[in-house]
Amino acid sequence: MKLSTRHLLGIKDLNRDDIQLILSTAEQFKEVLQRPVKKVPSLRDVTIVNLFYENSTRTRMSFELAERRLSADVLNFTAGSSSSAKGETLLDTVNNILSMKVDMVVMRHSASGAPHFLAKNIPAAIVNAGDGINEHPTQALLDAYSMKEKLGRLEGLKVAIVGDIMHSRVALSNMYLLRKMGAEVTVAGPPTLIPKYIGEALGVRVEYNLKKALQWCDVANVLRIQLERQNQPLFSSLREYNLAYGIKRSLLDSLGKEIVVMHPGPINRGVELDSDVADGPYSIILGQVENGVAVRMAVLYLLANREH
Amino acid sequence: MKTILSGQQLSLTVKRLAHQILENNLLLTDTVIIGLQPRGIFLSDRIVHELQSIVDPALIRYGKLDITFYRDDVRKSLHIANATDIPFSIENRHVVLIDDVLYTGRTIRAALDALLDFGRPSKVSLCVLVDRRFNRELPIQPDYAGKTIDTFISQKVKVCWKEKDEKDEVVLI
Repeated sequence: MKLSTRHLLGIKDLNRDDIQLILSTAEQFKEVLQRPVKKVPSLRDVTIVNLFYENSTRTRMSFELAERRLSADVLNFTAGSSSSAKGETLLDTVNNILSMKVDMVVMRHSASGAPHFLAKNIPAAIVNAGDGINEHPTQALLDAYSMKEKLGRLEGLKVAIVGDIMHSRVALSNMYLLRKMGAEVTVAGPPTLIPKYIGEALGVRVEYNLKKALQWCDVANVLRIQLERQNQPLFSSLREYNLAYGIKRSLLDSLGKEIVVMHPGPINRGVELDSDVADGPYSIILGQVENGVAVRMAVLYLLANREH
Repeated sequence: MKTILSGQQLSLTVKRLAHQILENNLLLTDTVIIGLQPRGIFLSDRIVHELQSIVDPALIRYGKLDITFYRDDVRKSLHIANATDIPFSIENRHVVLIDDVLYTGRTIRAALDALLDFGRPSKVSLCVLVDRRFNRELPIQPDYAGKTIDTFISQKVKVCWKEKDEKDEVVLI
């Protein structure tokens, strides 16, 4: 058994078996991370470059830790302090790195489709660590892993994705993945942040009333308001957004049921999520971060083999 | 196809292995049993079951180890990992590793590496059902062997377990 794809560009290209294989392999890596020596020699002979053209804390550290836990050699590239500031093209940069005998590229880029472009032009395996407003596949995988770990299943699970659906690659990857695994999805947020035909296109429900969405769901995956990607004002103020769509403890307590609250980070505290929710008993946010390392180990491990 | 152990022989052999382990580790003080995933587990389950009928089951520490991430051929072919479950410390204890067939010795090499990541055992012994003694690629020998056989590399030893393959039997193909 192996993945049906050579790269991880998006959840869109994966099938159900691929997703299941990644999640079950991640489970074994999670056990590795509980051992006294949290490291295995699997990728001893593999060199991986982390190519980050966009800021990141969690994802970059999580990937780097996953790579080191697999005993891979790791190179880090941050666009701000590199020759791309002098005008070198993406392809030139990557080809130069590859000529130093690098096997895999983990890339984050602000342009949607950048990893797809690389995959067509270079021989190394590519892992998309977030491209523009397209996909963030490892985040969706770790979200799914965390949901499954907490609630025991994905099939039939009711997941509300709340917030800036339009600009969120996390939302898109999550929707693809959850629909493929048989979960039900509702997207909730202000109409200006939800693309018009998303319901038909992706098989999800659209709800503009936050309380109704929360009452329906088992899990609320709350997204960050991505001010950096909004080139025009899409709601009047952060305070107003918080009043209408922010997740508050009082709101959760009024539901009459317990739901799980997730967030991919970084959190805008007091905007999409209030502090007493983020740090409260409903939240599994730090668990998501822990699972991220195991899930990324699984992805790298499964892509590193060269049977083909 | 040739039968190496029939169902009845296999059950006697398992009993003997359990007794031999016990003979050298009376009461299993500071001894732990670790079966190797995936197929060594069938043998270790049987041996542990046997031991439970002889000594106080509370004295038996039994774990399962998966060595997929320690293999030396990870880049050649993809192997699917199974669960590892060692719910006790192996530090300063005698570990009895259990697997079904000892062939090239590479699995055991990987298992030793994996084991050391859990702590420093005072001693590691190896117990296998079938020892294909002339096909070793590494200097590894069993301490307890159910049956030692001479085989060609082109041959295959198949160990069948009732739990999975409907009957107990070891055959040479």
